[in-house]
Amino acid sequence: MATPLRIKRQRLFSPWLFAAPGLLVTGTFVLYPFVSTLVNSLTDRRTLLPGHFVGLANFRELLHDDMFWTGLRNSSLYVLGVVPALVVLPLLLALLVQKNIPGITFFRSAFYTPVVASIVVVGLIWVWLLDERGLVNSLLETVGIGRVGFLSDQWLLLLSAMAVTVWKGLGYYMIIYLAALANVPRELHEAAAVDGAGPVRRFLSVTVPAVRSTMVLVAALSSVAAFKVFSEVYLMAGPSGGPAGEDTTLVMLVQRTGTGLTGRVGYASALSVVVFAVTVVLMLLVLRADRREET
Amino acid sequence: MSVLEKVRPERPATVPREPRVTDGHGRRIRTGELALRYLLLLAVLALTVGPFLWQLSTSLKGHTEDIYSSPPSFLPGHPTLHNYARVADTVPVWDYALNSLKVATANVVTNCVGSALAGYALARLRYRGRRVTTLVFVLAMLVPVEGIVIAQFTTMRELGLNNSLVGVVLPGAIGAMNVLLMRNAFRNLPYEIEEAAYVDGADVWQRFLRIALPSVKGTLAVVAIFAFMGAWDDFLWPLIVLSDPSKFTLTIGLNYLHGTFAGDERLVAAGTVIAVAPLIALFACLQRYFFRGVGEGAVKG
Repeated sequence: MATPLRIKRQRLFSPWLFAAPGLLVTGTFVLYPFVSTLVNSLTDRRTLLPGHFVGLANFRELLHDDMFWTGLRNSSLYVLGVVPALVVLPLLLALLVQKNIPGITFFRSAFYTPVVASIVVVGLIWVWLLDERGLVNSLLETVGIGRVGFLSDQWLLLLSAMAVTVWKGLGYYMIIYLAALANVPRELHEAAAVDGAGPVRRFLSVTVPAVRSTMVLVAALSSVAAFKVFSEVYLMAGPSGGPAGEDTTLVMLVQRTGTGLTGRVGYASALSVVVFAVTVVLMLLVLRADRREET
Repeated sequence: MSVLEKVRPERPATVPREPRVTDGHGRRIRTGELALRYLLLLAVLALTVGPFLWQLSTSLKGHTEDIYSSPPSFLPGHPTLHNYARVADTVPVWDYALNSLKVATANVVTNCVGSALAGYALARLRYRGRRVTTLVFVLAMLVPVEGIVIAQFTTMRELGLNNSLVGVVLPGAIGAMNVLLMRNAFRNLPYEIEEAAYVDGADVWQRFLRIALPSVKGTLAVVAIFAFMGAWDDFLWPLIVLSDPSKFTLTIGLNYLHGTFAGDERLVAAGTVIAVAPLIALFACLQRYFFRGVGEGAVKG
């Protein structure tokens, strides 16, 4: 049995002992790097050279860097392309697997498989599927459409990468929607059905309003993830970002600029700051859209 | 379910009934609707699982078989494991797998221990600075990893841990989101039992280990699974921190294989099957926790 004195001493020390490992890791590898990213963005630091304070020079350089604008364009297009698909398609999928018909648990799990697989595996699978001589082109040729250069055209490449992102994310957001759909009262559907509303009408005026807050959540999660896209495009377009680097995304640019022995840490940090800023703006936009619809 | 069902009275029991399939609420689903549902389900199944099967099929096709044929042949003519042996001759794929296993296992241990401890402190212990500690983890959860990888890399270099497996594990060793998940799990436990143990003189470690921890096993399993999956699948960070090919994890090794030996699709296919098979097996056994993790993660994220 512990004496009261021991308990009192424990009260002072144990809480910090409990939290110490977590705080140490979070402080050293998340918060300190965050602050040092902000600081480094104002310097000309390189991997092997300590930097000097250069004020906003990195940000001024950004404005004249064509690659930066390419990256910003591609990452923004990615948000516009991926988010609507990831808000709508998983919801339809969730409606499809919602009813407990025989074998449905198998289908639910099978639809989740792409989420479990590593993005590298997924990327390479699709690189092979969309190859000039791959399965998709074989099928297209068989039905008489002819082969398409999915991985050689700048825009088709970006579009293909978006499709892969959507393909991998479907199952994840489906599960989120399933949880939300479980809370929609059946009576609402039945009342609408009695009033003569068809399936489409019931979907629009019962299901959508009932899961609206989940749709906002999915929009927020997927837009932030889409803006930070790296792996899909890196794997499908290659490290240099496709033809003439035209498919480079912002995070690919951060990785390319800031790593290696000649990495321009300062400039890459400035690019990172732009990533932070846009992420915050995206979150605020989604939340604001949510509030405006409510009132 | 439908309008008709609502207004039409039950059929007399004497009429022979077709076998009925009902939904979760015991309502009947019409045969036509059911057929349409299964049709759609099979179509989506082909889209989601088909690509994996195609990859598997490619990896089993022999040297001499044409993998580019049109129309495509879906099944290997003479299935062979030859490509799996060849991929191991080309790159040390089993060493990569071992590295991935080491990294993933370490990530599970550190995340479970670290987030359980910190989560317990945030949920149950009263001390000055508890609010600040909570805020630290919430803020850390909001920082996008992609924005700080460069600074993480320079930090790692300063610590002399770049190009090591320890360096791969450390940044995600105790995820802030896991800490907050554990905190919520502990908060949802009834406090009375711990209070009784406290009155009986059990110290804080005894209360944590004997009473609280056994009650949050489910959440701990979610943390473990997501830590494993996260480490096994991670790409960007290991790509940045590892430069020595002997230290590569599977994902980086596959990228290397693809970049260097892009010509041979059979080899890359065999490599991806090696990388994805363990996770699909894990998922097949522990689905419940995977799905639960999505729910809890989404609410938090």
